[in-house]
Amino acid sequence: MSARGRQRVFEIAAPLVAGVLFLAAWQAVVQWQGIPPYILPSPLLVAEALWRDGPSLLGSLLVTLRITVAALIAAIVFGGALAILFAQSRLLEISLFPYAVILQVTPVVAIAPLIIIWVNDTFLALLVCAWIVAFFPIVANTTLGLNSADRNLVELFRLYGASRWQTLRYLRLPAALPYFLAGVRISGGLALIGAVVAEFVAGTGGTETGLAYRILEAGYRLQIPRLFAALLLLSATGIAIFAVLSWLTRRLIGHWHESALPRED
Amino acid sequence: MTGAGAMKPENYETNPIFSLEGVGKTFRSGTEALNGIDLTVASGEFLSLLGPSGCGKSTLLRIIAGLVPPSQGRVHWEDEVRGQIGFVFQEPTLMPWATVWDNVYLPLRLAGRSRNDASASIGATLAALGLGGFEQAYPRELSGGMRMRVSIARALVKSPRLLLLDEPFAALDELTRFRLNEDLLRLWQEQRWTVVFVTHSVFEAVFLSSRIVVMTPRPGRIVADLPIDLPYPREASLRTAPAYAERCRAVSAVLNEAVA
Repeated sequence: MSARGRQRVFEIAAPLVAGVLFLAAWQAVVQWQGIPPYILPSPLLVAEALWRDGPSLLGSLLVTLRITVAALIAAIVFGGALAILFAQSRLLEISLFPYAVILQVTPVVAIAPLIIIWVNDTFLALLVCAWIVAFFPIVANTTLGLNSADRNLVELFRLYGASRWQTLRYLRLPAALPYFLAGVRISGGLALIGAVVAEFVAGTGGTETGLAYRILEAGYRLQIPRLFAALLLLSATGIAIFAVLSWLTRRLIGHWHESALPRED
Repeated sequence: MTGAGAMKPENYETNPIFSLEGVGKTFRSGTEALNGIDLTVASGEFLSLLGPSGCGKSTLLRIIAGLVPPSQGRVHWEDEVRGQIGFVFQEPTLMPWATVWDNVYLPLRLAGRSRNDASASIGATLAALGLGGFEQAYPRELSGGMRMRVSIARALVKSPRLLLLDEPFAALDELTRFRLNEDLLRLWQEQRWTVVFVTHSVFEAVFLSSRIVVMTPRPGRIVADLPIDLPYPREASLRTAPAYAERCRAVSAVLNEAVA
């Protein structure tokens, strides 16, 4: 096996072994100490709950996922557009950027009730909450990227009489792409968190309920293994979103950007 | 130069391409970069601006290119050359996301030429710089010397009338620099654009130039204007010729005296 192949196996095996050891220790502690499942369920019990409740939880996961994806797309569209607008006018950037920061630093839990009052449609209200959390990294990163094109290249474009649009299309946008994608990767995780937090606040019942409500519900009923199963699904979703966005990053800029190149030691 | 029967290129004073009249530059920080620069550049000349770092040669080049406005004086163009200027920076300054072909295509793309329409000029320019076969390579896959070749190809693809180079070979190893010097001279003789070349190397300036303008720092001003009367074509063998060594010694003496 090549040195790189061995390295790869090691990188996969080491965290796997650590995980198995952790689960084994957890199982052992729960059994030996006789901890009741409504305090801390054993991993085996969680697995059983996941197997039993999986299908019903999956339906709820789909609801949460729909909000997450819609919020991420809205964040990409509005965040990207806002960043491009900022790059066109310094005045606009200086005038509006502080408000984007205010929106970012205000905890979404605190404003979610207001949004739920103002927006009648539940799906839309949850979407707005998740969007508020997700859009800032995209705005901030893309603005930075658009402004960090090589200064000599900017001068070269000027020398050749490039229009504003040409400079944006052929220089600033490609230069901003790695920054934008880094922002999207952060926002992907944040959109999920935003969706879950908003669902907690909204606490919607009925048929179209997200995974967060299932977690609350399981908590009230002391169905702790089910709560853990829902939690597990949520983490797996977050990991999947991150993996998909990382793959997309490699596809889009892997052929040229430093961050995506294999390191040569 | 010491009575060397200064051979001036043909049409030297009869056919100027642009002239600087009392050009000065003071930056907003208060630093005076240039003071009272008078210089007429003739069509077809290979002119080097030679001086230590901090003498404002790069600033002067940017003023000529129209990238920086002068604080005093003006640049007078004999005829419309704007839009026909090629610029080569100290760094290759390529777009890392674009292939060699697309990097060289840039000036033509900005002028609204289609890829099909541009492909003949791009092919010819890449071939002239020894970049044939590297069309689809990305800048990161190339050596420093090859990147600089791409940068020069980009500056030449639009058949400029004036080529401005800002210490383009300073970061390269000596062997690569020699090769690029020779290739640049060969292309200059074939295509006959006018060159303003910024350098701090006496040897490089003497090897390339038909005329050397020596500058001193703080503030940058012109202290000597020396024609180099070595005949073209200049081959690699010139580097070991006594005549070359003699010119280098003379230019060094002027430079030392100016800086002292």
